Amino acid sequence: MSAFLDALFFQAGYNAALVAVGAALLGFAAGAGGSFLFLRNRALVSDAVAHATLPGVGLAFIVMVALGGDGRALIGLLAGSAISAWIGLLAVEWMVRRTRLSEDAAIGAVLSTFFGLGVVLLTVIQGMSRGRQAGLEDFLLGSTAGMLLQDALLIAGGGLLVVTAIWLLRRPMTLVAFDPAFAAARGVDVRRIDLAMMAVVLAVTVVGLKLVGLILIVALLIIPPVTARFWADRAERVVWIAGVIGGLSGWVGAALSATAPALPTGPIIVLVATGLFVVSLLFSPTRGVTAAMIARRAFQTRVHRRQGLLALARNEPIHDRLTLRILRAEGLLRGDGVATEDGQAACARIARDERRWSVARRLHKDTALTGRYDGLTPIDDVFTADEITWIDTHMLAGGSA
Amino acid sequence: MADLTLLQSAEPLDPASPLAVRGLTVSYGEKPALFSLDATFPVGAMSAIVGPNGAGKSTFLKAVLGLIPRVSGDVSAFGRDVDRVRDRIAYVPQRASVDWDFPTTALDVVLMGLYGQVGLWRRITGAHKTHARACLDRVGMADFADRQIGQLSGGQQQRVFLARALAQDADLFLLDEPFAGVDAATEAAIIEVLKSLKAEGRSVIAVHHDLSTVADYFDHVMLVNLRRIAEGPVQTTFTAETLAEAYGGRLGAVQIDALSLQGA
Repeated sequence: MSAFLDALFFQAGYNAALVAVGAALLGFAAGAGGSFLFLRNRALVSDAVAHATLPGVGLAFIVMVALGGDGRALIGLLAGSAISAWIGLLAVEWMVRRTRLSEDAAIGAVLSTFFGLGVVLLTVIQGMSRGRQAGLEDFLLGSTAGMLLQDALLIAGGGLLVVTAIWLLRRPMTLVAFDPAFAAARGVDVRRIDLAMMAVVLAVTVVGLKLVGLILIVALLIIPPVTARFWADRAERVVWIAGVIGGLSGWVGAALSATAPALPTGPIIVLVATGLFVVSLLFSPTRGVTAAMIARRAFQTRVHRRQGLLALARNEPIHDRLTLRILRAEGLLRGDGVATEDGQAACARIARDERRWSVARRLHKDTALTGRYDGLTPIDDVFTADEITWIDTHMLAGGSA
Repeated sequence: MADLTLLQSAEPLDPASPLAVRGLTVSYGEKPALFSLDATFPVGAMSAIVGPNGAGKSTFLKAVLGLIPRVSGDVSAFGRDVDRVRDRIAYVPQRASVDWDFPTTALDVVLMGLYGQVGLWRRITGAHKTHARACLDRVGMADFADRQIGQLSGGQQQRVFLARALAQDADLFLLDEPFAGVDAATEAAIIEVLKSLKAEGRSVIAVHHDLSTVADYFDHVMLVNLRRIAEGPVQTTFTAETLAEAYGGRLGAVQIDALSLQGA
């Protein structure tokens, strides 16, 4: 526990502190950066981007070795990965625009082709006599071993760039994600904004390759926005909350993995993010599973109470067990099935409500109001007091006629 | 080639018209959806675009706005290229085109209409929000400003879309089936707003599917079915003959009789 707290507050050594800061920054950039693709219902594009980086890593290594280096310059490897990911993206975009393929099929095709090519290249590289191949496979699952200050600076710089781009483009991106037809009619270049969303994701992927690897970076791009959606009903908030969730996952995950030598950082970060997702899924007050269950139960109770009271008012027997239980629990019905005093009052109220509704639906002109009758909504919620007085006059007139 | 030169040298499109097109052809694949269509809509009027399903009504609006590519044809709005007057044109797409679970409030949607004024950099100020609320109020939705868009009924969503167009303070309003799937109260509220726009001298062009209300709501009508069948003032253009030509056998004699048109 104390090892965890040390790591959490950067007391676990220089390398661990670098990793924690780097992971938090990367998590923030990834969470915010993945949000717009998620809001555009295109989250899987980031999967294609990530897998399409691999051949670039391999090719960059081979080119650098051919030029006489040892092939390990990080900046060269990342540039290579960015170029091949961009080609992959354009391939997806081109296929969707020029053929009848749907986007998910295009993503599947590009993702597997590029990943396959990358694995072939890595195998070829393992057999090469020159260059220092060891560690290239870290790009698959990430590695924090030997994280340098310059790596952390790269993540910080790249992350800052990504966040700035998101902030600058938040309005057109929101517009395009919500209503592309309207955006285009306003003169927004929808294709270019789409490419910008993908470029943001690409930048995050490239920057995060070394730390979490190309397979798991996808999780950091998708899970935080999905989680944030449970807590926000406005696009911009989703973006920044996703950033915070991503950053928190990175920080806590890095600290957790620093507590034991054998815990891999990238996967732990993803598991922390998943934990936050599961908590949100269960307990979000507006969209969570628990809230939905409670709301459903409350609704069910209202329906059964109303049905039961209506049956009592008409002297009909109640057979439904749940109805009986609810009426008894609320003190409206005695054990022997006779209404209590409260129950009788409630019956009278509800019977009057029904009579008022039936008059209103027959006589009131505004169909928008009378259309709100659903058997459950009290008439006082729909009509004003003077209108109800008007309804009551007609009710009496109707009763005497 | 000689024919083409002749076409291109034709007179310029009416610069007074909020929207004029000539020779507009739009195609999905190799099947034209609109073929060589001419139209000149009058300024300060309410115009309807009427025709059977799949006749190219929505396609017309989209092609005019450049949302789908044109194969041929000229389009002019207020005598200029559409790209140069986008701020003066407000578009209300079909409701179905939107993801209703999108995290946005009614007020945020209306603020999107201010995109042209606010731009990329400036902050959204209190004045912008006041203006957006006034637009919501104009369509009777002021009390729903902070509701998530997915919680609104179909009619309420359509009103919010109209408020977004109002926020833009445009001179030409293009609406794609504004009354599709809305309740009677919403239809009345929308038509009220459109009439007030007309009274302010603005032009409204709506794709419309309910033949029984064309004569009540609109001044000018264009009947379309791949080609332009007829265009002009409703009284003289919206006749049994033109309807029969636009709809073919789909519209029975009984239905046309029910519209009690002149010349029927």
